[in-house]
Amino acid sequence: MSEPPPTRIVGTAAPRKEGVDKLTGRARYVDDIKPANQWHGATVRSTIPRGIIRSITYPPHIPWSEFAIVTAADIPGHNHIQLIIADQPCLADGRVNHCDEAILLLAHPDKHKLREAVEAIQIEYDPLPAIFTIEESERQDPIILGADNLIKSFLLEKGSVDEAWPQAAHIITGEYRTGAQEHLYIENNGVIAEYSAESGVTVWGSLQCPFYVHKSLMAVFNLPEDKVRVIQTETGGAFGGKEDYPSTIGSHAALLAMKSGHPVKLIYDRMEDLAATTKRHPSRIRHKTALDANGKLLAMEIEVCTDGGAYSTLSATVLSRATLHSTGPYWSPNVRIHARSWATNTVPYGAFRGFGAPQAVFAIERHMDVIAAQLNIDPVELRRRNFLHQGDQTATEQTLRDPVILDQLLDRALTESGYYAKRKHFAKQNLTSPIKRGLGIAAFYHGAGFTGSGERYLNSLAGIDVTTDNKVRVLVSSTEFGQGTNTVLSQIAAEAIGIDYSDVIMAPPDTGIIPNSGPTVASRTVMVVGRLIQRASLQLVETLRAETGPGSNNGAQTFTREEFFAACEKLRAAKGEVQSLCRYEAPPGIFWDDTTYHGEAYGAFAWSVQLAQVAVDTVTYSAEVEEFWSVQEVGRVVNPVLAGGQIEGGIAQGIGYALYEKVLLRNGHMANNQMTNYIMPTAQDVPPIHVYFEEIPYTHGAYGAKGIGELPHDGPAPAILNAIHDATGDSFTEIPLLPEDLMLQLATQPVEAEASV
Amino acid sequence: MSNWPAITFNVNGESHTVSVPPIKRLLDVLREDLHLTGTKEGCGEGECGSCSVRMNDELVNSCLIPILQASGTNIQTVEGLASSEHLHPIQQAFLQCGGAQCGICTPGMLMASTQLLSHNPHPTLDEIREGLAGNLCRCTGFIRIFESVIAACATDAKEEAEPERTANAR
Repeated sequence: MSEPPPTRIVGTAAPRKEGVDKLTGRARYVDDIKPANQWHGATVRSTIPRGIIRSITYPPHIPWSEFAIVTAADIPGHNHIQLIIADQPCLADGRVNHCDEAILLLAHPDKHKLREAVEAIQIEYDPLPAIFTIEESERQDPIILGADNLIKSFLLEKGSVDEAWPQAAHIITGEYRTGAQEHLYIENNGVIAEYSAESGVTVWGSLQCPFYVHKSLMAVFNLPEDKVRVIQTETGGAFGGKEDYPSTIGSHAALLAMKSGHPVKLIYDRMEDLAATTKRHPSRIRHKTALDANGKLLAMEIEVCTDGGAYSTLSATVLSRATLHSTGPYWSPNVRIHARSWATNTVPYGAFRGFGAPQAVFAIERHMDVIAAQLNIDPVELRRRNFLHQGDQTATEQTLRDPVILDQLLDRALTESGYYAKRKHFAKQNLTSPIKRGLGIAAFYHGAGFTGSGERYLNSLAGIDVTTDNKVRVLVSSTEFGQGTNTVLSQIAAEAIGIDYSDVIMAPPDTGIIPNSGPTVASRTVMVVGRLIQRASLQLVETLRAETGPGSNNGAQTFTREEFFAACEKLRAAKGEVQSLCRYEAPPGIFWDDTTYHGEAYGAFAWSVQLAQVAVDTVTYSAEVEEFWSVQEVGRVVNPVLAGGQIEGGIAQGIGYALYEKVLLRNGHMANNQMTNYIMPTAQDVPPIHVYFEEIPYTHGAYGAKGIGELPHDGPAPAILNAIHDATGDSFTEIPLLPEDLMLQLATQPVEAEASV
Repeated sequence: MSNWPAITFNVNGESHTVSVPPIKRLLDVLREDLHLTGTKEGCGEGECGSCSVRMNDELVNSCLIPILQASGTNIQTVEGLASSEHLHPIQQAFLQCGGAQCGICTPGMLMASTQLLSHNPHPTLDEIREGLAGNLCRCTGFIRIFESVIAACATDAKEEAEPERTANAR
C-alpha cells in the first residue's frame, strides 16, 4: 500500500474543535437559549391513521384567547414540506394519512398550560381504511397514495438473468426483513422561531441541513431567499433524524411566531419525538441467486421493497441507495434489481445513517451465508470467490478504477480475530455447552457522496475567509452534530494553508453568512466539502502569492504562518476582504444515466469487512455480542480518534438494530415511544470493538479521504445474525432478533439439529 | 416573588435559595432558576442519564428529583468540574480520547464518571461499564468513554474528583 504524503495536521488526533464547550456545559443547544418574551409551542396530532377531519372543537373551559392557534388556513404560502415531491402537508388540511400527523398548533407564554389545551381539543373524523405493511400496500386496496401506492420504483438490469438460470448448478432463494429503527439522538427535535413583517422568518434549531429548512420556509411563507434565515444551534445527535424533520418543526414554530407575535420555542419531549418523527425504512428483500458448480455467481435477481410511510419524503433516494448496495461487494455477470417503495399509513420513514444500505447489506450478507450453508462452502471462501476487484464492473456497469482490497480486509479480520482457531474451538465447545458461540462475517461497501448525478445537481459552494483578528474561518453549511465536521474541516484548512489548527475557526452555521455547501448527509462532508475547503485554501495561497508579488515569501512555495497573515492583511487593505470560495467539480469520467440507472453510481466507495463473535444462551435465549472486529478502507484517515469514534458508534447502533431495537406499531402509532421500552445498547451491552484502518488515498477526496460516517452501520446486523447461524445452525432472516424470536425458532427445533452443529 | 416556601441547597459550592413549587424538578430549577444549562434533559423519565448530577455524593437523575428533596443537599453539576479555564482531569481525558461527540450526554456522563472515580479511583473495565450503565450515549458506542475514564485514572483523578467536599466544608 502506498504511503500517504506527509502532512502536519491531517492524520493527527486534533482535539475536537468545540470540545471544551461541550465538556464544560457551555455549548448552547436549542433548549439552552431563551429569547426574551418567548412563547412555547405545542402540536395537536391525529389519533387515527387515515380519515377525513369532520370537526375541530375548542371546549370553553380553556381560555383560548390567551393562545395563538395555527391551522392550515393560516399558512401564507404553500401547505407542503419541500423535499423531493411536495406531497406532505405542513399541517393536515381536511384529512389525515397517519397517526400523529400535525393538524394544528398552539402557543402560549406558559408552557405548563399547553398540555391541558392540547388534550382539550376535540377532533372528529370520518375514518377511512388504513394499511400498515408492505404486503397490504402491494395489494393496492385501498389506494392511499397516487394511483398505485407506489412512492418510487427502479428497474436495474445488467446482462440477462433469464439466460443464466438454465446454466446454473445451484439456484438459491431467500427473503430477508428489517424493521424500523429509531435514531434515538439524545437531544429531541427542537427549534426557536421569530417572525417580523420586515425581516421575515428566522429559525434556530437542532438540525443537519440549514438550507433544507431554508427552502421549506421559503415555500411555506412564500418569502424570498433573503427573508428567511436558518441558524443551526449545537445539535445533540442526528444520525439522519434531523435531515428532513427540522423543515416540518421549523415551519410549525415559525407559523406560531407569526401568529403570536412572539419568538416561539417548540421542543418535543421524548414521547412526541418518538411518535411523530422519522425512522429507518422497514424492508423486505428477496434474493434469487444462480451459481456455478464452484460457487461463482452467475446471476442475481433482487427484489427490494421498503415501507415509505404516508408521504414520499426521502423514500425515493433511500430506495435508490438500497438498490445500489443490494448486490453487496460481489461481481455477477447478470443482475436484475427491481426496487419499490410502498406507501402505508404510518409516519413517513426517513433518513437514518446508511440510508437504505443497512437494509440491503443485511439481506445480501445473510443470503451469502445461506448460500454457503446450502452449498456446504466456507462462508469466507464463498465471499472470496465472488469479491469485486479493481477493474470489475458493478451492477450499474461502473468500472472500479480505484484499488479494491476486499481480500486484504478479510484477511486482516480473520487474523485479528483468530477466526479459524476460534470456530474450531466453538464447534467443539458448542456440543456440550448450553451457550452456543459462533462467528459471523459481513463484507460490504458504502458509496460516498450523493448518488449518480446528485453532487452535480447540488453544485456545492464552500470556502474560507480571514477575519481581521487573524483567524481563518471555514464557510460551509456542513454542520457539526457529533461526527467532527468542525474539527476535520479545520484540520484540512490549516494543513493546506500551512497555519496552526488553532488558527482556524468555523463560521456560524447561519444561512445569512455561509454559502450552501449542501446537506450534511451521505458521508459526503469530508470527501466532497473537505475537498472544497482544501481547494479554497490552496486557491487563497495562490491569490496571496500573486497579489503580494514574487519574492514576498522568499520564493518559497508556501508562506510561513506569519507571512500568510501579513499577506492577508495586505490583500484586505487592497480588496476589502479576504475570501476564497470553490464550487464542486465532478471528478473526470463520471457519467450517470438516471433513466437506466447505469454508470458511475458513486465517485468513491468505502470498503469494510466486519466480524462478530456472538454467544447464544439456549436457556434464556439471549444473544450477546462478545467481541467485534471492523476493518475498513476509507481512503486517508483525517483524524484517527474521530474516525475510530465513528466506526465504534456506528457498530453500536448496528448492534441495536440487530438485537435490541424494535419499533412496535399499533394502528400505525408507535406504541413503545419511550426510552423505557425502546431499548438501545448501554455501556454494559457493547462488546470490545477492534477497529483497523487500511488507507488508500482517494485522488478526489480531501487529502485522500473518502466517506466514513455511514459505513460502520451497514455490517453489524448481518455479521451478528451470521454468527448466530454459525452458533446454532439456525438461519434467522429478520431483524430485530429479540430473545422471544430466538426462542420461537430454537425452542421448536428437534434436539438432533442442535447436536449436528 | 411567590408564596412558595423557600428551599435552600448548595450547587457547586454556592448556596442557593429558590421559591418554587416543591414538586418542580431539580433539573428545571438548575436550568431555569439558576441558569445552569449544562445539565440536559434527554427523556424525562430517568432512563437516559443526561440530567445526571451528584447530590450528597450520590449520582441522581435530576429529572426525577422534586426540588423539595434537594433541600439542604450539596449538588455538583458539570459547571462545577472545571476551575476557570482549567479542565478537570476527567474533562481533559474526554477531550483527548474522543469521549464526547455530539456532547448532549456528556455532562451527565462526566458526572457519572466523577462519581465512579470518587469511590473507586482505579476501576476495572467491568466496573466502568457498570458505573456508566445508567447513562446512554448514542454517538460513541461507549468505547472511547471507557478509555476516557481509564485515562483520567492515570492522572489521579481521585483528589480532583472532589473539589466539592472542600467547598462544602465552608
